[in-house]
Amino acid sequence: MRYRTLTIAAVIGIAVQTNTQAQERALPVREIASGVFVHEGRIELASSDNDGAIANIGFIIGTTAVAVIDTGGSVREGRQLLAAIRARTSVPIRYVINTHGHPDHMFGNAAFVADGVTFVGHHRLPQAMATRGPLYLDSFQRSMGDALLNDVRIVPPTRLVDGSLALELGERTVIVKAWPVAHSDSDVTVFDRTSQILFAGDLVFIRHIPVLDGSIKNWLDSLDDLVALPARRVVPGHGPVSDWPAALADQRRYLGTLATDIRRDVKGGRPIREAAEQAATTERQRWELFEDYNTRNATAAYSQFEWE
Amino acid sequence: MPRLLLRNACIAICMSMFAAPAAAVEAIDPWPGLVQDIFDNKPIGDGGDLIALDMPARAEDAAIVPVTLRIKPDTNSGRRVVAITVVIDQNPAPMAAKFVLGADAQVSEIATRVRVNNYTNVHAVAETSDGKLHMVKTYVKASGGCSAPAIKNVEESKARLGQIRYRQFTKPADGAHGGAREAQVMIGHPNNSGLQMDQVTQLYVPAYYVDRIRLWQDDAPILSMEGGISISEDPNIRFTYVANGARTFRIEAKDTDGHVFEKTWKIDGSTM
Repeated sequence: MRYRTLTIAAVIGIAVQTNTQAQERALPVREIASGVFVHEGRIELASSDNDGAIANIGFIIGTTAVAVIDTGGSVREGRQLLAAIRARTSVPIRYVINTHGHPDHMFGNAAFVADGVTFVGHHRLPQAMATRGPLYLDSFQRSMGDALLNDVRIVPPTRLVDGSLALELGERTVIVKAWPVAHSDSDVTVFDRTSQILFAGDLVFIRHIPVLDGSIKNWLDSLDDLVALPARRVVPGHGPVSDWPAALADQRRYLGTLATDIRRDVKGGRPIREAAEQAATTERQRWELFEDYNTRNATAAYSQFEWE
Repeated sequence: MPRLLLRNACIAICMSMFAAPAAAVEAIDPWPGLVQDIFDNKPIGDGGDLIALDMPARAEDAAIVPVTLRIKPDTNSGRRVVAITVVIDQNPAPMAAKFVLGADAQVSEIATRVRVNNYTNVHAVAETSDGKLHMVKTYVKASGGCSAPAIKNVEESKARLGQIRYRQFTKPADGAHGGAREAQVMIGHPNNSGLQMDQVTQLYVPAYYVDRIRLWQDDAPILSMEGGISISEDPNIRFTYVANGARTFRIEAKDTDGHVFEKTWKIDGSTM
């Protein structure tokens, strides 16, 4: 088993050596409420052309602390986010919250590692990162290349959330809430009480087809609890900042359709591949990246509904 | 396969040092080494007349990639397919499964699900009753995005450990007795790869997987599978065979911790 340790050590070693702090331009961000900034990622697959900057990431500024919500899909994007923060405030960054462990949300973590910065995440996130981090570094090599990946370090949270956690930023409090396995096994949302903005992470997709890497049943069940959050606007993990909860309707319909189709096919004995290729096709025109993710979602859903 | 694992380990470490894993992986074709390690360098002919290997061109969910093997009707009298080995060349444990076909079960189709870590050739090697080997292959692109060949829901996976399900799919052509039957078995098991670290102990979790599944109709073997960590969690086999008039269907599965999971059903699907 020792070789595995060595392999990972070697990967991390490379990352550490090349941790150059090049000055990056500031990431374009928009102030969607007083002190709440968002960069809307491109609705694309991560690649060397887009620096992996495909997820929505942002930050909230209080009087004593800044909280960063996701760090982007590369250290370059993370550094650009850091530059955007520094261009707007000298209040120290105290918290970096990862809404979950997917590469487009946490590959920029290394840009924020510093004294006084606490990484915050779901109590299952350290395990998810440990399990998947090396797999992601390997599989993203092809689409993103060494130049973007060499600096990436898998930085797990040390402040873990089970239930919910209030973070004081000075004259504003944000609530980090941990969810059951839904989009992934380690989703948290971040709610800013002051602005009533909800950073939903990948529990909410708008325009970008939802991606299932957790439990379709739990995700559907979680939608009612999500709707109940007293938010006015939502920053989804992917897609435009939108009014809440109206923005959830498309996702609810998609997941519901997928569940209905796949449950029917499992019951009818249709083989997994055939079922997956034909599920939720009524949704094809309604989503971007449908062809990239729908069959995958359906495959995962099938393997879960088989056990109902 | 310790030799095989070690060899891949060396490759992985060397490539990490040169910081170009993906490119290097493709530069090295692992197949000749796999033929040596798994098939003892025996000659392998073309198997296109005997079997077909069907996989999607792209792994959609890296953790659950459907594979279907079809055994073609025997046109060369006196010879039958006795075993089929599935090899996923670029996976950490390339030998995914070896299926042994019951002598009288006339198995014509086997479908299961595998993990696919990277862009890879997948080989299916049939062994015929004359001892010869025959190969077909396909190429599978790895899934994109945040898909990983890892368990999605550890707690749910633990909760169904050891559960076994059996299902028969009625085919219109089925008579009341005999004829081709399509059935499926599912075994709740994480089929852990062991490639993950325990956060508390900082030690690697040992691999923990179903290494053998055997299926019978009464006392006649239908099919068995020796599997490894390339088989998806909750091992699932869907297969078509010819019924021999037996009254029972039996499954026995064993995992690497020595747990044995067994169950018997009446052939109508009800539990004994």
